[in-house]
Amino acid sequence: MSVTSANPPIASSPSEPMLLAKPRNMWQDAWRRLIRGSNGRIGLAIVTLIVLIAVLTPLVDPYDPTTDSNMVESRKSPSAQHLFGTDRLGRDVFRRVMHGTRFSLVVALVSIIVGNVLSTAVGMIAGYYGGLADSTILRLMELMQAFPAIPLAIAIVAILGPGLLSTILAITIVGIPGGMRVARAMTLSLKNLDYVDAARSLGASNAHVILRHVLPNLISFVVVGATLGVGGIILTAAALGFLGLGAQPPTPEWGVMIADAVPFLRQSPHLAMFPGLAIMVTVLGFNLLGDGLRDALDPSLSGTA
Amino acid sequence: MTTYIFRRILIVIPVLIGVSILSFFFVRLIPGDPVRVMLGERARPADVQQYKAQMGLDQPIYIQYIKYMEQMFKGNLGQSIVTRVPVAKDISYRLPATIEAIFFALLLGIVLGIAMGIVAALKRNTIVDTGASLVALTGVSMPVFWLALILIYFFGVNLKILPPGARLDAHLKITQVTGFYLIDSLLMGRLDIFWNVIKHMILPSFVLSTTVMPSIMRLTRASMLEVLQKDYIRTARAKGLAMSKVVLKHTLRNALLPVITVIGLQVSGLLGGAILTENAFSWTGMGSWFYGAIVGRDYPVIQTAILLNAVIFVLMTMLVDISYAFIDPRIRYK
Repeated sequence: MSVTSANPPIASSPSEPMLLAKPRNMWQDAWRRLIRGSNGRIGLAIVTLIVLIAVLTPLVDPYDPTTDSNMVESRKSPSAQHLFGTDRLGRDVFRRVMHGTRFSLVVALVSIIVGNVLSTAVGMIAGYYGGLADSTILRLMELMQAFPAIPLAIAIVAILGPGLLSTILAITIVGIPGGMRVARAMTLSLKNLDYVDAARSLGASNAHVILRHVLPNLISFVVVGATLGVGGIILTAAALGFLGLGAQPPTPEWGVMIADAVPFLRQSPHLAMFPGLAIMVTVLGFNLLGDGLRDALDPSLSGTA
Repeated sequence: MTTYIFRRILIVIPVLIGVSILSFFFVRLIPGDPVRVMLGERARPADVQQYKAQMGLDQPIYIQYIKYMEQMFKGNLGQSIVTRVPVAKDISYRLPATIEAIFFALLLGIVLGIAMGIVAALKRNTIVDTGASLVALTGVSMPVFWLALILIYFFGVNLKILPPGARLDAHLKITQVTGFYLIDSLLMGRLDIFWNVIKHMILPSFVLSTTVMPSIMRLTRASMLEVLQKDYIRTARAKGLAMSKVVLKHTLRNALLPVITVIGLQVSGLLGGAILTENAFSWTGMGSWFYGAIVGRDYPVIQTAILLNAVIFVLMTMLVDISYAFIDPRIRYK
């Protein structure tokens, strides 16, 4: 099988018979465009930093939230010793914010990856085969989408019981219909293209067509959609933590930390301030990276909302 | 046109039935026996049986569903198993509270979002454009509940110019007629109460509006830029029409079409945001009601709240589709 659809040839007009530069594949090309755009560059820098913090903090500074308390130091304002101050139990807020990074990232990454793999697979199968299965799946997804996202996530967590795992599951389930419908719609238009017909007439199996010809052509959309979705997921996870339905105290999850700070808003506003800023910077980083990736992977969409 | 509206309404009916089935069975999946929650762990078995029979919980689940729907069409939505207050009564004052907040949030989000989008598009690639994008980006990246707390601290605690929560100062009494405090206070002829209600509304509406403003702004900008490149805009400019006229008469009308669709989709975000905002501001609306029911495992309330969320969402999407057809004749003939 020599039909490769993932590498569209670099455009060359008839007046230029030969390409001087070595052709780059889609991902190399996208990488160059990502680095060139300021959104993508800033986003990539923030996300890299956040990932480093998430990975390195537990290695550099082992932390057990269940034994961390020092009542003498309760609710101190930010100082050189405690950069972000201390909370009700005298715990260093800076330390807890750093340790909180990995909880947000794990929730976001697991639900984004599981959710997108599932929704893309189901979407491709539904779109490719059509028929009764397709319309059944589509109706079900429409029904799920009739429920607003956050209330639905809260209801799912209520069934499963509060916790980080329930948060991941609820967010994954809520995200599936949207991704599935995008994958399905793209498969519908892709499966009628000439090169798919050509592959089929050469005797390619359905599985081969889906994996080698449909998937490579919608993967960039999935990647952009997934990156742009991370921010929203981190916000939802923090919201569930804030409502007491997500991670449970004393886990240093950012939403939980803000909920802990509410009774002391009057005297110690810094307790709520810093975890919120951490959420904001992280979400901002992923949103910028997503914008940059979208511009890089599909230049025709550049500048649209 | 009438056929289009009629067809659009017909599509909604199976969705609403599906939604009612889903929200009914959904609630039965919640672990924990509601009777045990209500009567306590040491209740006598006989009491438990009697209570179950009273609530219809001992019958097969499909009969429970049919009975539920039957009662609902009679206007009886059951009663809270925690407070024993009829669900319909709770809704009668909580739904207006949420609609009031969402209405002003949407208004604020649309007006500010569209205005910022237009300015950003007209001043493309200037500092104004960058500034507007930055505001929008910060807006989508900020947790709503956190923004609420920061504003409560700043305006409510520190500056003391706006109340930190609730719908009305505690010493003021309002006679409820419609449940909409702005209307009720005017019906009472009490401008001081009206003003007090507005002051309570500013922070929650603003916080809630940040969930819709960024996407409206970004879409308006993108859509304006697209329309501004069109030939008929160039023609209008070439024949000497003032830029302000071109923007208002030729560009805006066409650019706002996609924006309307997106406003419909934002309702989902608003209903989710309402849960968080109402909690932060102790706003006695649907969001805080739903949350309280989840925490208290209050079956009838959760069921109705989930259903109501979905119904509002489905109906809003329908209204947006219909209004879209009014504005863009091409839709009607599809």
